[in-house]
Amino acid sequence: MDLFWKGDHTMKTKLLSLLMAALIVVPSISLAAETRLRMSTTTSTENSGLLAELIPPFEKAEGVKVDVIAVGTGKALQLGRNGDVDVVFVHARSAEDKFVDEGYGTYRKDVMHNDFVIVGPPQDPAGLASAKDLSSAMAALAKGEATFVSRGDDSGTHKKEKLLWKTAGIAPSGGWYAEAGQGMGAVLTIADEKRGYALSDRGTFIAYGGKVDLKVLFEGDQSLANPYGIIAVNPEKHPQARFGLAKAFIDYVVGEQGQKIIRGFRKNGQQLFYPDAIK
Amino acid sequence: MDYLSASAAVAADLILDFDPEVYGIVLTSLKVSVSATVAASLIGVPLALSIALNNFWGKAFIRLLLNTLMALPTVVVGLFVYALIGRAGVLGELGLLFTPAGIILGETLLALPIITNLTLVAVETLDPRFFKTCRLLGGSTARTARAALFEARLGILAALVAGFGRVVAEVGVAMILGGNIKGFTRTMTTAIALETSKGEFALGLALGALLLLVALGVNGALFAIRRRA
Repeated sequence: MDLFWKGDHTMKTKLLSLLMAALIVVPSISLAAETRLRMSTTTSTENSGLLAELIPPFEKAEGVKVDVIAVGTGKALQLGRNGDVDVVFVHARSAEDKFVDEGYGTYRKDVMHNDFVIVGPPQDPAGLASAKDLSSAMAALAKGEATFVSRGDDSGTHKKEKLLWKTAGIAPSGGWYAEAGQGMGAVLTIADEKRGYALSDRGTFIAYGGKVDLKVLFEGDQSLANPYGIIAVNPEKHPQARFGLAKAFIDYVVGEQGQKIIRGFRKNGQQLFYPDAIK
Repeated sequence: MDYLSASAAVAADLILDFDPEVYGIVLTSLKVSVSATVAASLIGVPLALSIALNNFWGKAFIRLLLNTLMALPTVVVGLFVYALIGRAGVLGELGLLFTPAGIILGETLLALPIITNLTLVAVETLDPRFFKTCRLLGGSTARTARAALFEARLGILAALVAGFGRVVAEVGVAMILGGNIKGFTRTMTTAIALETSKGEFALGLALGALLLLVALGVNGALFAIRRRA
């Protein structure tokens, strides 16, 4: 019986542990090498593919890496509050103002906008297409002819949806109102499967293109505007935040080059975002 | 379900095209999950041996605790470690959040109870005559431990495989602590979650197939070791 480890076993073990140690150490070295700017943002900017065009020129010019953490607007702002990111790029105006007023954010700039649309099945059982204004559209949804799928995740879109119900004087509840607690894409898929309605930003809906059998059934109202803002995390609250770099990035995004990229960005042949800083 | 067939084609393309982004994701996944498995074994196996070979008060409770911790939801581990390594946490200064090292830390905690518990079981189910023989030969606890390590090697290997399987397939820790940053902390599972949220089901499923292939490679390598052992 080979009861105790022999010499060659020890040798092998040593080699193996050396290899394992290298595996652990190597990634930690490689990440210290370059400067990284951390940005939390909403899924709509990332999933649409806009950031993949907007960020690389800045990275090249500044010789830095921009880390994108794409989450809902609520979480994106929370990461800024905790000082886990250097810059936030979101769409929920009142929450943004609160973020700045509380001292967590500074140097806020308007970047771009698109709009929200109410999408639903082409058969339109709630008769949304014939609604004459937004509040009658919301009332038509609340009759419960079909499911309405809410984001339910405290994202910018969810905040907007809650505001729309409040303005229309409706407290949505009942079997027709489904809170998914998921991202825009997942909600569009659920609405499609349930032959129901959803509020979506136009960008994500266009980017989702032919993947769902849904149509824009209500659009164009003033209160459906969807402005995006970018905010640097305040170095007075979080001294480790890379404010200089965050400011440079913000200046780039609202500057000539950034705004031109936003204007020129197309998905399925359609413009998704409209620049606000330079028209 | 027409995307099932579509995803098979996409999977084949992904693997054969040597797309650098896809291979970068695979590499990140491997790096992170292998590191976490190794770290968890370096702590868990000695821990299990010392629990198995010693009798002490509260041993039954520790066994119960280990069994319970095996049911830890990945998201809870992610949130717990986030509270530690976020800027507001006690380890915030280290800047581990949203780095591969952050994911490794979380996944190590995730794999630790599994590897410890299964190793413990592997050692405790050894033939009782083995421990008797060690005692009769006058072996110290340390030597008995080394011998037990060898005797229970197949069970311990299974423990490592289970630990690796848990971390390579989990998405909660990698998403919360890694942030799914492209080219940096995007792993196979967070990439699958992202593609699914974008409605790219075929690509998501294809990445899933790739993940299984990678797991096959790792387990194949371990199987080869096992046959030699």
